[in-house]
Amino acid sequence: MASWGEASESRLIGKRITRLSGKDKVTGKAKYTFDINRPGMLYGRILRSEVARATVMGVDTSEAEALPGVKAVIPLIEIGNQLRYQGQEIAAVAAETDDIAKDAIRLIHVDLEELPHVVTEADAMADSAPQIREDWAGNQSEPNIREDGNLQAGFTEAAVEVEATYHTPVQTHVCLETHGHVVEWEDEQNLTIWASTQGVFGVRNDFAQHFELAPNQVRVITEHMGGGFGSKFGPGIEGRTAAELSRITGKAVKLMLTRKDEHLVAGNRPSMTQNVRAGATRDGRLIAYDMKGHGTGGISSGAGFPAPYVYHVPNLRTERVNVAVNAGNQRAMRAPGHPQAAFAMDSLMDELAEKLGMNPLEFRRINDANEVRQAQYTLGAQEIGWQRRNNVPGSGSGVKKRGMGVGSGQWGGGGGRGTEARVTINSDGTVEAVTGTQDIGTGVRTVIAIIVAEELGLAPTDIMVKVGDSQPGLQSGGSGGSQTTPSVAPVIKTAAAAAKQKLFERIAPMLEAPVGDLRVGTGTIYVVSDRTKTITWEQAAGQLGMESISEGGHWDEELRQNGAAGTQFAEVEVDTQTGALKVIKIVAIQDCGLAINRLTTESQVNGGVIMGLGQAILEERVMDPVTGRMLNANLEDYKVPGTFEIPEIKSIVFDTHRRVTGVGEPPCIPTPGAIANAVYNAIGVRIRELPLTPDKILTALAEKKA
Amino acid sequence: MEKFSYINATSLKQVTSLLSESGWGEIMLIAGGTDLLGEIKEYVESPKTLINLKTLPGMDGIEADASGLKIGALTTIDDIARHPTIQHHYTVLAQAAVSVATPQIRNVGTLGGNLCQRPRCWYYRDETINCLKKSGDICYAVDGLSKYHAILGGDPVYIVHPSDLAPALIALGASVKIVGPEGEKTMSLEEFFTLPADNPFRENVLEPNEIVVEVTIPQAKPNTKSFYLKAREKGAPDFALASVAGVFEMDGKTCKTASIVLGGVAPAPWRSREAEAALTGKMIDESVSMRAGADAVQDAQPLNDNAYKVTLTQNLISRAAMMAAS
Repeated sequence: MASWGEASESRLIGKRITRLSGKDKVTGKAKYTFDINRPGMLYGRILRSEVARATVMGVDTSEAEALPGVKAVIPLIEIGNQLRYQGQEIAAVAAETDDIAKDAIRLIHVDLEELPHVVTEADAMADSAPQIREDWAGNQSEPNIREDGNLQAGFTEAAVEVEATYHTPVQTHVCLETHGHVVEWEDEQNLTIWASTQGVFGVRNDFAQHFELAPNQVRVITEHMGGGFGSKFGPGIEGRTAAELSRITGKAVKLMLTRKDEHLVAGNRPSMTQNVRAGATRDGRLIAYDMKGHGTGGISSGAGFPAPYVYHVPNLRTERVNVAVNAGNQRAMRAPGHPQAAFAMDSLMDELAEKLGMNPLEFRRINDANEVRQAQYTLGAQEIGWQRRNNVPGSGSGVKKRGMGVGSGQWGGGGGRGTEARVTINSDGTVEAVTGTQDIGTGVRTVIAIIVAEELGLAPTDIMVKVGDSQPGLQSGGSGGSQTTPSVAPVIKTAAAAAKQKLFERIAPMLEAPVGDLRVGTGTIYVVSDRTKTITWEQAAGQLGMESISEGGHWDEELRQNGAAGTQFAEVEVDTQTGALKVIKIVAIQDCGLAINRLTTESQVNGGVIMGLGQAILEERVMDPVTGRMLNANLEDYKVPGTFEIPEIKSIVFDTHRRVTGVGEPPCIPTPGAIANAVYNAIGVRIRELPLTPDKILTALAEKKA
Repeated sequence: MEKFSYINATSLKQVTSLLSESGWGEIMLIAGGTDLLGEIKEYVESPKTLINLKTLPGMDGIEADASGLKIGALTTIDDIARHPTIQHHYTVLAQAAVSVATPQIRNVGTLGGNLCQRPRCWYYRDETINCLKKSGDICYAVDGLSKYHAILGGDPVYIVHPSDLAPALIALGASVKIVGPEGEKTMSLEEFFTLPADNPFRENVLEPNEIVVEVTIPQAKPNTKSFYLKAREKGAPDFALASVAGVFEMDGKTCKTASIVLGGVAPAPWRSREAEAALTGKMIDESVSMRAGADAVQDAQPLNDNAYKVTLTQNLISRAAMMAAS
């Protein structure tokens, strides 16, 4: 049975190891798609709809075409078709400079017949709303209904009840590097694409299908990328447009989205509204849960969320619909559905606990069947100092009031089959590890180097890791669903083990020992029964001559595990005169199984907490009902956390087993709920809508006073 | 952005003479550019010509003497924030300066630019929305999304003035020197700013061919305490939801004179004579300070989303007064 071995046997795995590409990134040596420039390259730009809904009556590109330096103008919508959100693609240009391209799209004249729009859920659900999706009566999808147990009987048994509405707005991904591609055709049959993507092979296959090419005629390269968070799986319209412009002009084309485009069309986390009625028994058991909810994923669907979340309720009815609005579509965003679900559920849990007169942590212990989280509750309470919290919410003295809260999360992250990898040992002692995964920023390069180095007795810096290129033809899946490390690590480990075995077979005769007696030391190979027989790694590899060893690996169930429980505790301070919320500390305990690299795993947790913090205290897509426009499609009014907002984060990598589990997504799940509960504990008035900005806090405090 | 020509200024005479060749928007002045370049990139402004003021000699620098302070219009916000005399004797100004944006912006943004910057309103800054601030018919904030808009003096345009330096300078009794083709004039900074009822398109009295060259501040009185309190959604960079510049001449806990100017709540820096009256001659305590705050916002007319600013402003004034007495 394959195993990662005991912690005591590991020289590198589980230790804190600096990421291999770190220096290149901070010195600017690392090349992102944005940095790629090709000889004779043109710049692409897309003209987008400035209105939320209209019929396209005509598009006149003649002036743009006449602008010196413009090499191609192509339509992206047919006359007579409907534009259904601000930012939707109308036409594209390729020009000699980015400035010319920018000027050119402004010279394209579009004749529109504006149609009534709805950009908020409330407007879309109103009786008088214009129908913006033919297939959804009242702009709502068919309800998704789930029933379990006996709801009526549950409420009869309940000693306390809470009825409340929880809301989270649309959040955008805000990838540091915007979406985009550099596309270059070598000839009519072969093209190379530098893509800011989290799925090199997905992009390759999409391009191949679109242009009716064999997959191996398309090469996709993603050396480094500046964040995806679920929004960068396919080439999108912008990628196919770049390829089309390149094909027409015979030149390489770079087409990167603007920050505004990014907010408008490159995906978002859907909104969520839950109208919940729930009950618990006197002894603190959740007994009944009735939820009617909705969310919007733009003009598309995809606004689902799990409810109830994490905690078990025996009697329930849930009803969910998607609401269509004239706004850019959702895409997967870091633990899709979960942070908003956790915010609602953890708020509800605290409201029920208070009605029962029960400590919210105790109430969770009673209703949480997950043993890992039970242990996390104990550890987290110690770390944050749970006994310091206000027994009576809002009872702290002074203008600035402190409070504490807790939130929970659950994720999978077990990885899956489909990764191919090769580990090669050359006669000069160099080692290469190659696979078709990509580093979305989580440090998979370093993870691969650690695994190979551990297996071969080398240092991570000795391993040449090649990822983010489809050309070697070694497939791997997209970096999503917290799947990268659990999918890749087993294959790399078995490939390295196979290469090591081959090397042992080659050098065993020279060492006059049975293959089974050979072991790797640190940069050495020795015979376990006779330590005088030790040779250096270079000496061993030198035996290979012209015949390098190159071995593949396989995925192994036993090396990974699904299921990652998380708990977070927040301490906050609220200035009751200004409504300013300061998050003082987050204790984030993340179950992750075996952390191959403890340092980058902690970084994952830090990053997740910061993203959850942004959702909790700042972020919101603001849609104007009158003009139909997003009013904050920039980074001035769409506010993300900066250094002043980042609290002390205590990231606790909670190793519960020696199998690999991905944790890219789950650390952002419990944060908003924990912060919202801490705010309640601080000020004694509950805010059921994110983000927790000063206007909401002051309004809530005023209502409490009145 | 649209193309423009770029001229390095050689003298104020040359600048005002060039400016006299057109009305608003054709020829524009650039110093730090932290506001103007944003407007040009967003196509809110498309000037044909930019005049670079940075080449003008002698317009940056801070002079402190017995009569007070003189600050050239090209002085960077960072220089103001770091100046020892300002930090010690004009604290409100140093605090306001350091609250502006980010270090990068403070390093290039200038005093003159900060005073003459345009509103941040999300309707105004959207090229496609022709609001009343431009040449349209309505202020979209009235029936639209007004979280960041004015609660005082708004009618008919509910922008807020974004400057942090202006409230602090007005509270310190500053004057501004303006140069035009006919020569120079000096006026109180308070009178420099205008409300939309007088002119919905501009935020100050400058004519298209005039330029701010200097700000002077009278000598700080002894026993003066001053504070700039700025409420915002994030630490930096962020504009004020509401801010209070308070200058208090104190005798123990008794306030001899008070100067209270609000930022982020009105289309111009908003001097609250009501709050000043409520504090002057009073022994400052909780109830006096709260009274002053309440008096300042008694005529507030919040829109749909900004009633919180009424409470916030009141609380900030009260806090500033309590700080003066402590």
